[in-house]
Amino acid sequence: MEIKSIFITAIKALWVNKTRSVLTMLGVIIGVSSVVLLTSIGTGLQLYIEQQFADLGANTLFVVPGNPFGDGGGLGNHETAFIESAQGKIKRRYLDKILRDHRDIITDGAATGYSTGEVKYKNETKKITLLGVTANYETVNNTEAVKGKWFTKNDEERSKRVVMLGPKVAEELFGKIDPVNKQIKLEGQNYRVAGVLETKGGFGGPSFDNYIFLPLNTLFDDFNSELIDNFSFKIKDETLINEAKKRIENTLLGENLDKDEFSVFDQTQLLETISSILGILTTGLGAIAAISLVVGGIGIMNIMLVSVTERTREIGLRKALGATPDVILVQFLFEAALLSVAGGMTGVGIAYV
Amino acid sequence: MSLLKLKNVSKHYQIGDITIKALDDLSFEIKKGEFVAVMGQSGSGKSTFLQVASMLAEPSSGSIFLKGKNVTNFDEKNRAHLRNKEIGFVFQQFNLLAKTSALDNVALPLLYSGDCEALRIKKAKEMLDRVGLSDRTKNAPNQLSGGQQQRVAIARALVNNPSIIFADEPTGNLDSKSGAEIQKLFKKLHQEGKTIIMVTHEKYIAKMAKRLINLKDGKIVSDKKI
Ligand SMILES: Nc1ncnc2c1ncn2[C@@H]1O[C@H](COP(=O)(O)OP(=O)(O)OP(=O)(O)O)[C@@H](O)[C@H]1O
Ligand SMILES: [Mg+2]
Repeated sequence: MEIKSIFITAIKALWVNKTRSVLTMLGVIIGVSSVVLLTSIGTGLQLYIEQQFADLGANTLFVVPGNPFGDGGGLGNHETAFIESAQGKIKRRYLDKILRDHRDIITDGAATGYSTGEVKYKNETKKITLLGVTANYETVNNTEAVKGKWFTKNDEERSKRVVMLGPKVAEELFGKIDPVNKQIKLEGQNYRVAGVLETKGGFGGPSFDNYIFLPLNTLFDDFNSELIDNFSFKIKDETLINEAKKRIENTLLGENLDKDEFSVFDQTQLLETISSILGILTTGLGAIAAISLVVGGIGIMNIMLVSVTERTREIGLRKALGATPDVILVQFLFEAALLSVAGGMTGVGIAYV
Repeated sequence: MSLLKLKNVSKHYQIGDITIKALDDLSFEIKKGEFVAVMGQSGSGKSTFLQVASMLAEPSSGSIFLKGKNVTNFDEKNRAHLRNKEIGFVFQQFNLLAKTSALDNVALPLLYSGDCEALRIKKAKEMLDRVGLSDRTKNAPNQLSGGQQQRVAIARALVNNPSIIFADEPTGNLDSKSGAEIQKLFKKLHQEGKTIIMVTHEKYIAKMAKRLINLKDGKIVSDKKI
């Protein structure tokens, strides 16, 4: 008997028992669509984050206290604790020194410190993260104002009480009202809203959209803090990144800082760390989905087994009429393969939609 | 020359410690064109006899010759080919494929003998015509009466032009009217020269055969011309 007629026989057998065939496919459909969905969510997230970093520009260097990229590479509890203790070691004036000493290759630099506080506008109050930044944060970190204008270097040097609002904060405090030049209260003090920033988004964790930005000096003065969270530097050219990194390190070491008390890194390093975390996440999601695929597969096996038992009469009859064991086996293999392929493709289709 | 010959054939079923001798050292011979009726009490081994003689079941011992050829030790594949080409089977429960048209049911053996689709349809139509069902080719078994279903089964048994037709109580599930129709059909087949072995409980049906075998405890106790 030709393979083609066995194939047609298998299709007919599936067609005759449509309900059973569809039920069997269901397991595979669910399994495959969840594998495709979950892994593509993971990969999508990774791509999204990489895109976000690409926006930052490849010629940016960061300085943070402590050594988060220590031997393990990840941010363990041990390292975070160490960053806390090393936090006070980086001083505002180092920024100016680095900018002055390496003017030839570093075009600009911004510093960030943070605190938390309560913000109040009319009757709306909210606990909030306050980010103290130098005025050039706008250009160094590519964060533009969509309403109003960034505060100036002058504002920063004089510790003026002006703020930039993250878009979420603006929305929550002001709703439809234009916040520019309105007065808000931070921990009881009056501040003028200079502008609202563009949306940066965030991935579940803290988002810049929820922050209030104010001049670094204002933060230091009003919130009794001296802590620098990070420096970011714009380098003239991508090719000079390593040179700049070395020079910044040397300058900081020259200021009596220990090797462990700060780190200089570019975004590729940061990206690698985040990517590796996301990679694990994607694998995890994939594994979960794979489990449902296995369950789907077992479902198919189970139903095929049931149907073989159920169909012993049919098999017996076919054999009595001259079907060899090979022919019967091939017919059932075709049926199973057809169900898996059809189920798999439907699953991919569903996931795609 | 004999068409089919069973020589000292036994069929034993082992259930736990008990061995059931369904066929016990049985010898039998049938010539071309004969019509043999097989009778005997329930459990006497009639169905087993038919299964072994038709290559559906293997004997525990003894030999089987078909057209003078020893087919006892054929493997499953060759037995399947043999059943397909040489043997037609009619069962008490019709055994048609559900939700499948009469035509496709009749054509099924031809599928396994490798005929092309056009030929399968042509032959199956001829056979349905021969059993008087040319106007029911598209009906599925559940759209046919019991007698009609059994006629489809007979058409299926005939479609590959086999040497012998085995029938195990073909009228057992039918009322007397449809039973009589089936009986007539077998009589006609016999007149056309077909070789038939039929198990039956009814004396009057056995009467249309030319030879009657009585089985008891897996042995032939009488074998006479009628
Ligand atoms: N697959 C089997 N396993 C075990 N014993 C079996 C099997 N098939 C048949 N037997 C036994 O073999 C003996 C003969 O059975 P068989 O079916 O040939 O009887 P029968 O003459 O056809 O009976 P009936 O007229 O009721 O159909 C019985 O005792 C039966 O129990
Ligand atoms: Mg029986």
